[in-house]
Amino acid sequence: MNFKLKDLGPQLITVIAVVLIFGFFTYNAQINMENRGIDFGYGFLSQESSFDVQFSLIEYDGSHSYFRAYLVGLLNTILVSVIGIIIATIIGVIVGVARLSPNYLINKFAAYYVEFFRNIPLLLQIFFWYFAALRALPLPQDAEAIFGVFFLTIKGLYVPAFIWENFNIFLYSIVASIIAIIVIRIQAKKLQETQGKQIPVFFISIGLILILPLLSFLIGGVSLSFEIPKLKQLAATSFVYDGGLSLPPELIALTLSLSLYTATFIAECVRAGIQGVGKGQKEAAASIGLTPNQVLKLVIMPQALRIIIPPTTNQYLNLTKNSSLAAAIAYPDLVLVFAGTALMQTGKAIEIVSITMFTYLSLSISISILMNWYNKKIAIQEK
Amino acid sequence: MNKINFLKPDKSNLNTFLYLGSFLFFISVLDVFLNSFFKVNFIGFLPNFLSFIMPLILGFIGLYLIRIEYSGIKKLDQLNKHINTNNFNAILSLLIIFIVIKSIPPILNWFFIEASFAGDSKDVCTGSGACWTYIKVWMRRFMYGMYPNAEQWRINLSFIALALLGSVGYFATDRFKKYLTLYYVVIYPLIAFLFIFFFISGGPVFFDFSYGIIAAIVSIIIGFFIPNKFKFYYFLIVPLFIYILLKYYLFFEETIELGKLDGLNWVETGAWGGLSLTFIISFFCLIFCFPIGMAFALGRRSNFPLIRYISIGFIEFWRGVPLITVLFMSAVMFPMFLPADFFIDKLVRCIIAISLFEAAYVAEVIRGGLQALPRGQYEAAKSLGMGYWKMHIFVILPQALKLVIPGIANTFLALVKDTPLIFVVGLLEIVGMLNLAKTNPEWLGFAMEGYVFAAIIFWIICYAMSKYSYNLELKYKTDR
Repeated sequence: MNFKLKDLGPQLITVIAVVLIFGFFTYNAQINMENRGIDFGYGFLSQESSFDVQFSLIEYDGSHSYFRAYLVGLLNTILVSVIGIIIATIIGVIVGVARLSPNYLINKFAAYYVEFFRNIPLLLQIFFWYFAALRALPLPQDAEAIFGVFFLTIKGLYVPAFIWENFNIFLYSIVASIIAIIVIRIQAKKLQETQGKQIPVFFISIGLILILPLLSFLIGGVSLSFEIPKLKQLAATSFVYDGGLSLPPELIALTLSLSLYTATFIAECVRAGIQGVGKGQKEAAASIGLTPNQVLKLVIMPQALRIIIPPTTNQYLNLTKNSSLAAAIAYPDLVLVFAGTALMQTGKAIEIVSITMFTYLSLSISISILMNWYNKKIAIQEK
Repeated sequence: MNKINFLKPDKSNLNTFLYLGSFLFFISVLDVFLNSFFKVNFIGFLPNFLSFIMPLILGFIGLYLIRIEYSGIKKLDQLNKHINTNNFNAILSLLIIFIVIKSIPPILNWFFIEASFAGDSKDVCTGSGACWTYIKVWMRRFMYGMYPNAEQWRINLSFIALALLGSVGYFATDRFKKYLTLYYVVIYPLIAFLFIFFFISGGPVFFDFSYGIIAAIVSIIIGFFIPNKFKFYYFLIVPLFIYILLKYYLFFEETIELGKLDGLNWVETGAWGGLSLTFIISFFCLIFCFPIGMAFALGRRSNFPLIRYISIGFIEFWRGVPLITVLFMSAVMFPMFLPADFFIDKLVRCIIAISLFEAAYVAEVIRGGLQALPRGQYEAAKSLGMGYWKMHIFVILPQALKLVIPGIANTFLALVKDTPLIFVVGLLEIVGMLNLAKTNPEWLGFAMEGYVFAAIIFWIICYAMSKYSYNLELKYKTDR
């Protein structure tokens, strides 16, 4: 038998300690709640919330439930995270590649960018953009149009809104083109493996993704028009823009600082990844007659991605978690709406803080599971 | 004279290309320079769009003409190699040069030329530049928070004392080097805690502190006459003994003159703030999170499944939630979990929360180091008959920690950068104080100066830390 009594001791002690600590906490919590006359339960989620949120993706006002408020906060958090991740990746990849550039000026410029932005606390950067930089923008009535349609004002960024007709047909066409591209890629791979023929998949893909949606405009009855924001006078000195899409300054400040900050870390990941691919790989690939593009696509990138992806995933997670700093500038994210306003109103500290933490936990665990799966897929398969 | 082909600069007409190219490049830079420094636009006669893009075109042609391989002129070859390898690089280089030249005057103006330094009221800040007077007036608040002005020497004294005590390592002779780890891990944090607790916090407990100092001095003096063999036990027992003797038997607080010193005024932690609070929190969290993280890293690699699962649960939980919700928890949820008459100070709760949070990250970093060690190290240590603890303390951890110095430094940097988040529980360190000062009706509109000031301070701290960790890494780098 493999069982050893000696091994049981430390484990038992640890478990007992953990159980005792948790027991102590629950016991106290019960007594405290009894004393204060608070009852434990998640029933409040369906009650009427009676507070308003200034920016929400779904329809919401005070008459909706607390659960709806939770959804509003969650969606706002996801919105900031997704925009932030996209911008941070773009900047990060550019800066990371720039740091490897043989051009001295570009190299130094990227290095200074990284050193500068990553050594300043994110909260400070958010405050800086929100309270100092964006406050210096003009009032709505003084704002000059950028390209004639964008208005960057102290009250936010106004962009033209898309007005679609038969939007679903357009969507179907895009889905159809994506499916077609996948099918063609698989076929092309098969062709190359069996007969050695190469098809310009890249150009076919671009063609497909342009032509199919274009067809939907021409014969599918889809039409697109823009609604350009117009200045409207509310009172003698109060102006707003009417129509179009308005992005609140909180959102702009938050995404700007989050992506500028996270991009520095992503840049370092990218640099480390590309540097991590041995020089011999490049030379070997060139010596068997691959073109520079093929070397990059078939030899360097697959190996570099293997090094880049795990730490970059961590940065994505960090960005998502850091988006909770929104509470500091009153962007209505999950923490502000739910753990802030809702908690003040209901006083249900344990329930609300636990729901908030659980939400973040499941967000980060789901991202890391997804990335682990991808990572496993591209990992070296040793034979 | 060879035929000149302007589309293909070559070495045979080196001088022609060189002079023409340098001239064009010089003109383009000069134009931008004059434009930004002296507001002179000597190609303003051109149409608006063309005069905007003209320097770029001129500079590009100039760089194109001087791109001659193996010209034989060392400077030119170097220039070509570094900023002028191809057309794309040339344009990027030009853009960067132009951006730098363009941005120097406004930045200089704002920081120095138009800025106001003198005076001590808002009225002097009339220029378009920064108002450093604002920083000057609020300096004490930014450094010490709401700590009473008359008592701030206590913070200064504590920090200077701690810095001196912390630098002991540099002056230690070889004889004492082996005790340094013990000193930094156990004794120094203890002294630091005593300083912070009795000095900065103050209050009637200050007496204990003076007894402690007397006990330490007396026992060190006697300690010189104790044989080496017993020194360890001596320092373990005697100081405590003298302390108890002093406190309870020799000097009753009513009778001793020292007891009649009024002690130091008690300053509640809510009044602490500014940069000093950033330091205090970072310092303690650094000290606490490291051993906790190490314990969980070892726990995660343990052979006991229960310990392993508990460690994994702990690490993944703290890594999965944002710090701000952890602080929320420590502020609104944690008091519910304690007995009703049991009160933990806000600052202490904060330090515990941040320490636990960062400990999870430290644990993952250290685990990386443990995993990177070859299995042979473990087996060699075991074959020498070492037990678990001996093996880890003398063989595994020294090597693993050396490997992960950069990772740990990054975690510590993140910790320092996370300290401003304590605004959630109502503690105001430097960024919080800035936000408070910004809303003061007498000093409205100087947010920018405050944030720039704080950014510079944080940047210096973090940059110094990262450089220091880089040096450490080099110092402890050993080839295996």
